[in-house]
Amino acid sequence: MSKKSFRQAINEALRQEMRRDPRVIVMGEDVAGGRGGTSGTVDAWGGVLGVTKGLLTEFGEDRVLDTPITEASYIGAAAGAAATGLRPVAELMFVDFVGCCLDQIMNQAAKFRYMFGGKARTPLVIRAMFGAGFNAAAQHSQALYPLFTHIPGLKVVVPSSPYEAKGLLIEAIRDDDPVIFLEHKVMYDDEEEVPDEAYTIPFGEANLTREGDDVTIVAFGRMVKLANEAADRLEQQGISCTVIDPRTTSPLDTDTILDCVGDTGRLVIVDESSPRCNMAADISALVAEHAFDALKGPIRRVVPPHTPVPFASVLENLYLPSVEKIEAAVKAAMGHRVPEIA
Amino acid sequence: MNASITPITMPKFGLAMTEGKLAGWMVRPGTRVKAGDDLADIETSKITNAYESPAAGVLRQVASDGETLPVGALIGVLVENDVSDADIDAFIARFTAEFGQQSLGDGQEAAPAEPTVIDVKGRALRVLDLGHGDATPIVLIHGFGGDLTNWMFNHSALADGRRVIAFDLPGHGGSVKDVGEGDPAFFAGVAIDLLDTLNIGKAHLVAHSLGGAIALALAGQAPGRVASLALIAPAGLGPEINMDFINGFITADRQKTIQPVLAYLVHDKSLIGRKMADDILRYKRLDGAVTALTRIAETCFPDGRQADDLRPVLTRGDIKALVLWGEDDEILPVRQSSGLPPAVTVDILPGVGHMPQMERATDINKTIATFLA
Repeated sequence: MSKKSFRQAINEALRQEMRRDPRVIVMGEDVAGGRGGTSGTVDAWGGVLGVTKGLLTEFGEDRVLDTPITEASYIGAAAGAAATGLRPVAELMFVDFVGCCLDQIMNQAAKFRYMFGGKARTPLVIRAMFGAGFNAAAQHSQALYPLFTHIPGLKVVVPSSPYEAKGLLIEAIRDDDPVIFLEHKVMYDDEEEVPDEAYTIPFGEANLTREGDDVTIVAFGRMVKLANEAADRLEQQGISCTVIDPRTTSPLDTDTILDCVGDTGRLVIVDESSPRCNMAADISALVAEHAFDALKGPIRRVVPPHTPVPFASVLENLYLPSVEKIEAAVKAAMGHRVPEIA
Repeated sequence: MNASITPITMPKFGLAMTEGKLAGWMVRPGTRVKAGDDLADIETSKITNAYESPAAGVLRQVASDGETLPVGALIGVLVENDVSDADIDAFIARFTAEFGQQSLGDGQEAAPAEPTVIDVKGRALRVLDLGHGDATPIVLIHGFGGDLTNWMFNHSALADGRRVIAFDLPGHGGSVKDVGEGDPAFFAGVAIDLLDTLNIGKAHLVAHSLGGAIALALAGQAPGRVASLALIAPAGLGPEINMDFINGFITADRQKTIQPVLAYLVHDKSLIGRKMADDILRYKRLDGAVTALTRIAETCFPDGRQADDLRPVLTRGDIKALVLWGEDDEILPVRQSSGLPPAVTVDILPGVGHMPQMERATDINKTIATFLA
């Protein structure tokens, strides 16, 4: 066991599963890096942010495939390879590029099991970076997990820390259904203790990072960290929070959410994705339908405005949920009068 | 007698502890205490433990219930004889200022000893090797589902003038997950391999629960390697075992299901925290862990009873032995400690469950130190 970054944890999960199972392959734009050019450099990049670095040298070009910049072709190839016996991990680089290959995901991979009468297996993982906070502008900053959550047949994973990322990615690779695995790009250098051995974290089982009496906070991905920071501050002020990290948006651990809301009677949902039809909206509906009597006050959502992600850093900061906004929402849920944070 | 002020600081229970929460004072301000009195409950990430007064004096509290502070921070002072309030205030201010500087200045202080994974005749075992000295070394052997952190309150306390080695049994913690047949004899063989690898001829064995059966098996196989046995709620001395615990431990895969299972371990159920449950879940998620536990349970506890009767090792009478047992043990009943030969010292602890080394760490450490002296 040692401290590992989010990036290292993901790299280690890929490496260990590739060693364990020769059917696991990695493919995507620049995942090997440096091949196909004229420099002669090998393994120069390992993906644009270095997540797959070193895999080419260990596993070779048959299992670490640099693809052309044509998402439609290589995501389609990955879906086909999964249906015919391999276990591909395809990297979509920025999740924002999904528009170029949505049919391969939505109408093909997600539907194979159902359309073929349960006889087809599609052990496909699509990894992609998501999220704002990197000044990467509107086309490289979106948090599109609700888009995938909306599609039956896909499993959707949004890890919140290095430990979570490794266990969830190994689970994703061993899963026989298509899994969308979304990595928040601001988290790659976050570090924590991660076991050296392989381990799995089951899907559909929320993690409670803390338990409190007053307010339940549900948060996804990087927002879990912000929610915990807010809960630390609130504890100093006598407000104790439960923080739920659902880990996967599909399947969603609705039982844990409803249980915790039953205990606290107050709910704040922190969701970095665009506010219409996002996870905050989905969970609000769930709780309003099944735990309305437990609620002591309105559900509060900490979400961005319904706009593209701004490029200017001051505007991007304004756009994103923050510790301060979560803190204010929890206080509002407690019935305190709090000034609105723009 | 001179007037004096003794600082009471956040204790360090175990190597990994960097901060603790003052769960509650057990003594009111202004009360006179003597050395050894319980002063406060300190909650670590693992378990809550009583903090005993290091000296005599009248208590003045500095930290309040519920505060979380770094190890070494001032939580109170003990005052002897006539010290003016102004002097006490000055002492507290000075201590706090110096502590603040220290923690700012020496962020690079000697890193605490960390367990390392070593090769033991082809097997990877996670080992924590502490202490130096000429006295015979101690090897600590944990029980079913445990790991070397089960000794966090004992390890460094016992390592006074001697080497004390804790390790994760195969199938557990950070060690290899292959458990062979999964019986005490297999684990005893691995422990002998560890002694060989560490160049230890003879060791005192301090062992808990299933580790007790392993220590007994080791003493049976290789009596020349065992200086003495200190057995805490050991397996191997009777047929009964709480299979709800064993099966629950194997199958529970989330906080909600594992917490009631872990509650069997201790008398005071509030000792089982989220962090302890989380650490166990993390271990159980490792590839091969659940398979290993299942194998051990099938071999050691077929049909819900202990397969190995290791009493003959103690009745043989050639090994000095101490048996410690919590009166309220819900895993292995305390009655299994009866009927042992008179040469074996048996100490029954009232108000204690299956984890005396954590529930009554200070008492257990003293008893073992006295036994070994």
